[in-house]
Amino acid sequence: MIAKHSGVPTTRAFRVVGCRRAPLLALFVAAVLLALPAVAAPPQSTCLDCHSAMDGKLKITAEQYAQDVHAQKGLSCASCHGGDPASMDAMEKSKGFKGHIERRQIPALCAGCHADGSYMRQYNPSLRTDQLAQYKTSVHGKRLAAGDTKVAVCIDCHGVHGIRPASDTRSQVHPLNVAQTCSRCHADREYMKGYPVKGDEFAAYSSSVHHEALTVRGDLSAPTCTTCHGNHGAAPPGVATVENVCSTCHAFQAQLFDTSPHKAAFASAGLPGCVTCHSNHRILQPDDSMVGAGPQAVCTNCHSAGDAGFIAAGNIQQQLAGLQTAIGKSETILTRAEHSGMEVGQAQMELADARDRLTKARVTLHSFNPAKIEEDVKAGRQIAQKTYQAGEQALRERDYRRLGLGVSLVTILVMLIGLTLYIGEIERK
Amino acid sequence: MSGFAIVRDWLDERFGWAELTAPLRHKKVPMHRLSYWYFLGGITLFLFIIQVCTGILLLLYYRPSANEAWESVQYITTQVQFGWLVRSIHSWSANLMMLTAFAHMFSVLFLKSYRKPRELTWVTGALLLFLAMGFGFSGYLLPWNTLAFFATKVGTEVAGQVPFIGKWLLIFLRGGEDVTGATLGRFFGFHVAVLPGIATVLLGIHLLLVQKFGISVPPAVEKDFYLAPESTREMRFFPNFLLREMIAWYIALGVLGALAALSPWGLGAKADPFAPAPAGIKPEWYFLFMFQTLKLIPSKLWFIDGEVVGVLAFGAAGMLWMLLPFLERPQPQSQWARLLISGIGVFALAYIASMTVYGYMAK
Repeated sequence: MIAKHSGVPTTRAFRVVGCRRAPLLALFVAAVLLALPAVAAPPQSTCLDCHSAMDGKLKITAEQYAQDVHAQKGLSCASCHGGDPASMDAMEKSKGFKGHIERRQIPALCAGCHADGSYMRQYNPSLRTDQLAQYKTSVHGKRLAAGDTKVAVCIDCHGVHGIRPASDTRSQVHPLNVAQTCSRCHADREYMKGYPVKGDEFAAYSSSVHHEALTVRGDLSAPTCTTCHGNHGAAPPGVATVENVCSTCHAFQAQLFDTSPHKAAFASAGLPGCVTCHSNHRILQPDDSMVGAGPQAVCTNCHSAGDAGFIAAGNIQQQLAGLQTAIGKSETILTRAEHSGMEVGQAQMELADARDRLTKARVTLHSFNPAKIEEDVKAGRQIAQKTYQAGEQALRERDYRRLGLGVSLVTILVMLIGLTLYIGEIERK
Repeated sequence: MSGFAIVRDWLDERFGWAELTAPLRHKKVPMHRLSYWYFLGGITLFLFIIQVCTGILLLLYYRPSANEAWESVQYITTQVQFGWLVRSIHSWSANLMMLTAFAHMFSVLFLKSYRKPRELTWVTGALLLFLAMGFGFSGYLLPWNTLAFFATKVGTEVAGQVPFIGKWLLIFLRGGEDVTGATLGRFFGFHVAVLPGIATVLLGIHLLLVQKFGISVPPAVEKDFYLAPESTREMRFFPNFLLREMIAWYIALGVLGALAALSPWGLGAKADPFAPAPAGIKPEWYFLFMFQTLKLIPSKLWFIDGEVVGVLAFGAAGMLWMLLPFLERPQPQSQWARLLISGIGVFALAYIASMTVYGYMAK
C-alpha cells in the first residue's frame, strides 16, 4: 500500500508506526528528504535498469515512464510496487516489495492516494477523490467484488506505466478517446459473452449525432459513453431515470416532456423517456419525418390510424413541414434577389428569426401539445411570409431597374446617332 | 436673335466672352491614325465629374462614424430613392476612372506626349493619378464593412513601414494605434475635403498646361507629317472634337449605367474590429500589384526588413515615374536612348498587369 509524506512517496508502514515513534520517524524522514532530489523530478530507480531490457508486459522504458503523470509528480515504481528502487536489492520482500499487483487489488491500491483528499490536494486540488466509492457502485466494481476479474479496473481505462491526465488528448480517457477505450471490451462480442451487452453499442454510437458533434465538430462537451453512464460509477441508466440523464443537456425538452401526456403514458407502459423515440446509442440527427404517420415516424410505434394521437401527430408534422417549406421558399427568392445584386440583408436577417421559430417549434414538440406548437409555427410563418414579400419586392425592383437601364441605353443610343449625324452635317458644310 | 446669342452678347459686353473663349475656338486637335488615344483624358475627366456629383449626393445621407457608417450606406442603398444607383455609379465610376487614368498615362508615355515642353503636364498628371489612388484608398473604408476594415488595416500597416516616419504616418492615418472610428473620420476628411481640394488645383494646372501647349503629336506621325506635309490634318476642338468626345462620354455613361443596374456594388457585412480577419483579404485591384510584390519579398533582405525594402522601392519607382520626362535627353539621341523610356513603360505595364493577375489568382 502506498503512503506519502510532504509529497515524497514512502510507505504506509511509516505512517502507521509514525504515531507511536514520532521523534524517531521525524529524524528518519528528514534524512530521507535531504537524501532525495527535488520532488518534481522522477527519482533515481534501479527498476528501469532491468525492466527496460525486458520483453513483453515487463518491458518498461525510462522514456515511457517519464510520460506518466505519476512519474512527473515524483512518484516511483516503489510507490505502487513497494521495494527499494535505490538499492540493488530492490525486490527484497523485507523491503516491502509486492511485485505484480493482482487485478482485484488495483482499485484499492490506486485509491490509497486517490481517495485521500488531503494528499491529492497538493497535486491537484480540484481532482475528485470519490473514484473508489463510485467504482464500488458501478457494474464493474460490483462484479469485481463478486470475484469477476474480467471487468474493468482502473488500469484498463487509464493505462499503466504511461498514465496521462484526462485532459491530455493522448490519454485513453480524454473525451475524444473514451468511446474507443470502452469499446476495447464492450465491442468484443467474444469477451462480452455472458454479460447483458450486445456488443454493437460502439458501432451504434459511432454513427450518432453525439459522436459527430464530438469528433467532427470537435465539441468536447458532446456526450461520450461516460457522459451518460458515468465513469468510475459506470452503469446503464434505468428506464425511470434515463430522462434525467438526457436532461442534463436537453433541459427544455425534458421540462416540456414532463408536462406532456406522454410522461404518464410511458411510465405506465414501462417505456423509458427519451430513448423510446430517439433510441440510445444510435441517436441520429432528428428531423421532421420522425413525427406524423410516415414510414420514418416514430409516433406510429404506439399510435394507430384513427386515434387522437395519430391525428395530432399528422397535424404537427404538417405544421412543421409547412413552416419549413415557407422558409425554403423565402430563402430561394432572397438568394435569387441577392444574386441579382439586390440588397436583401435585412430580410435575410429576419428570416433567421423564422428559422429560430422552427427550432423552437421542434423543441416545443416535446410538450406534445399541438396548440403550443402552432403558436411557434404561426409566428415563424408570418416572418417567412414577410421575407418572401421582401424578396418579391426586390425582384420587382430589379426588373424596374433593368427596364430603366433599357430606356436609358436606348436614349443614349439615340443621342449617339444624333451626335454622329450632327458631326457629319457640320463637317459636310 | 436666339436666347443663346443674347446671353453670349450680354457676357461679351461685360467680360469679353469672345476673347475669353477664343483659345477654345482656335484650338486644333491633330488627326492621325492614333488620334483615338486622345479621348482617354477626356473620359477620365468625365468620370471624375461623375465622382464629384455622385459623391455630393451621397454626402446628403452618409454618416462618418463607426456606429453609423455601414447603416447609413445600407439606408442609402435600400431606402433612399435611387440611392442604390448613386452609390453604385460612384463605386463603379471610381474603378473605371482608375482604369482610364492608367490607360491615359500609358498612352501618353507610349505616344511620347511628355516630351519638352510638356514635362510639367506629365508631372501633374502623375500626381493626379497618385491622388486618385488616395481617393480610392480613403473611400474604400467609408462603408465600414469587413473587407474595407481589414484592407485598411493592411494598407496602413504598409504605410507604417516607411523608414523614420512610418510609425508617425501610421498614427496619423489611423488617428491612433488601431483602425477605429477615428480612422474613419480621418479618411472621410481626406476623401471629401483634403484630396478634392488638392485635386482641383492640380487638375486646373493640368488642364491649363494642356490648353497652353496643345495636343502633342507622336514622333512617328510627326515624321510622316514632315515627309508629306499634305497629309497633315487637324480638327477644330470646338465643336468637332468635343462632339466626338461626347460620344465617348455617352458610351462611358451607358457602360456605367449597365454595370450599376446589372451588378450593383455590394455592401458586405459590417466591420467587426474584434472578429478575425477573413481569409484571402486583398486590396482594390489598382493596389494589387504592390500588395502582391510585398507578399513575395522575403521577410529579411540581408539585414533590412523585406517590407521596408518593398515600400522604399515603390516610393523610388513612383518618384522615378513622375520624373520620367527629365530622363530623356535633348535631341539628338541614340537609338538606345530613344527606346529607354518606352522600355521602362513596357516593363512597368507588363509588371503591373502580371502582378495584378497573379495577386488576383493567389490565395
